[in-house]
Amino acid sequence: MGGMKQPLLVKKGAEASLYLADWHGRKVIMKKRLPKKYRLSELDEQIKTYRTTHEPQLIHKAKKTGVPTPAIFLVDVKNATIIMEFVEGKQVKKLLSEVSKSERQRLCFRIGELIGRLHKNGIIHGDLTTSNMILNSEGKIFFVDFGLGEKSKELEARGVDLHLMKRALQSTHFRFAKECFDTVIEGYSKVLGSETAKNVLDKIKQIEKRGRYIAERKGD
Amino acid sequence: MKGKKTSESYCLGIESTADDFGVGISTFNGKILANIISAYIPPEGGIHPREAARHHAKVGNKVLEEAFQKAGIKPRDLSIISFSQGPGLGPCLRTGATVARALASYLDIPLVGVNHCVAHIEIGKLKTGAEDPVTLYVSGGNTIVSAFDSGRYRVFGETLDVALGNCLDVFAREAGLHQRVGEPFGAVVEKLAANGKKLIHLPYTVKGMDMSFSGLLTAVINLLKKGEYKLEDLCYSLQETAFSMVTEVTERALAHTEKKEVLLTGGVAANKRLQLMIKAIAEEHDADFSVMPREFAVDNGAMIAWTGILAYKHGVVTPIEKSFVKLRWRLDEVEVPWVE
Repeated sequence: MGGMKQPLLVKKGAEASLYLADWHGRKVIMKKRLPKKYRLSELDEQIKTYRTTHEPQLIHKAKKTGVPTPAIFLVDVKNATIIMEFVEGKQVKKLLSEVSKSERQRLCFRIGELIGRLHKNGIIHGDLTTSNMILNSEGKIFFVDFGLGEKSKELEARGVDLHLMKRALQSTHFRFAKECFDTVIEGYSKVLGSETAKNVLDKIKQIEKRGRYIAERKGD
Repeated sequence: MKGKKTSESYCLGIESTADDFGVGISTFNGKILANIISAYIPPEGGIHPREAARHHAKVGNKVLEEAFQKAGIKPRDLSIISFSQGPGLGPCLRTGATVARALASYLDIPLVGVNHCVAHIEIGKLKTGAEDPVTLYVSGGNTIVSAFDSGRYRVFGETLDVALGNCLDVFAREAGLHQRVGEPFGAVVEKLAANGKKLIHLPYTVKGMDMSFSGLLTAVINLLKKGEYKLEDLCYSLQETAFSMVTEVTERALAHTEKKEVLLTGGVAANKRLQLMIKAIAEEHDADFSVMPREFAVDNGAMIAWTGILAYKHGVVTPIEKSFVKLRWRLDEVEVPWVE
């Protein structure tokens, strides 16, 4: 990894550490999956290698479907490191509680459309939270962190993906979670059609009923 | 508050959400005077709710008597009665609720319905001194990563299907293992895993902040039935995979909330390997790690008594006519006005 100057740790996540660095004159994000001491090294290797190879593939595939994602510059499987474009902008997580209701709805509708595009093209993000979405100065919403993603067109995978979005909204934006999620679904329906969207919504209900303590679960 | 003879105030808490019937007595200052638990162990198979409820009804009197004796107080000394109102198994919950209602009416003192999951967190804070932790609560019925935010304990991650403890229990039963008082299935699996050496590849399913154990359970049972692997290695691989999943999710919650404490509780918290893993991520994020001692980590009445006191001090009482049990009462539905 030549040409790298003093990387600066910007986010120590649970899954990987993100460093802001200068790489051949470009501002880049270096995503490094550090060994996890709590896991057996064998299991740790398996997980790191799998995620480091799959994430760039999904990011690339997502970009081809018209979902803004960072450009991948280098993948170093041995060191579990990915070097990618630094997307300058604001996390949707921070924006949602700051903006007006109409702007919030516009953002959520757009997010729904983008998720729709991913799903339509067989991409499951795997960690749809508002902290993994960045609005840049041109008004584009970038999706980042595909580390837990997969390729699938199955209803089940789509349902879990959107269920996670719903849960993320509930835990971080509980004041307007329902409004946001309903708007996300509107955007999603626009891309995938109302019938597919309805099927996915039914699936989400099913998934929720499988959970441990859900009021609407049948049978009691 | 009729019948209060001493200067201290006491609460008696009844726990009966699943296979344990527990009675705890606490002072209003959080001194636990008694914590008696009677576990129902089914002769075979899993917990049948009706059979467990029958056990609770049978041992109820004895457990109550023992608790009063241990605490050195009389029923008339009590100021309030609290009980586990949910979530849990219907027949079990109703048995505990019936005892609680009868006591409160007879003594003519207030009744307080308590959420079982909130109680696990509150007793954890009382016993370990943690103030604002990320809590990993892992048991036969629950797998929850939670932390306090804006008036409630929010659920950051949870299982999408079976609970971690349940996953271990079902595997142990499929393997023909036996549990007994003092050595539940989890402990039996832990002992075998300690002699495992070979890591067998099993499904590792983390979806965002949530996890799924049903695919892992099916896969490990299929391998067990094939008979090609040593039971020790299967237990080892099951533990390593499942515990890595909950640890990853707990670490994500820790990174997300930036809290400085981690609390491990629930029946599975007794597992030494899991303790090591959670301790490692706490250190990684400069957070204090605490694990609940077994007596207060498993389902118990003391946690219900203590949470009843916290709620009561903040004006929460449950009139008898509103004391119906709530089988699916989620942790994040409960307002906790006593937490800053």
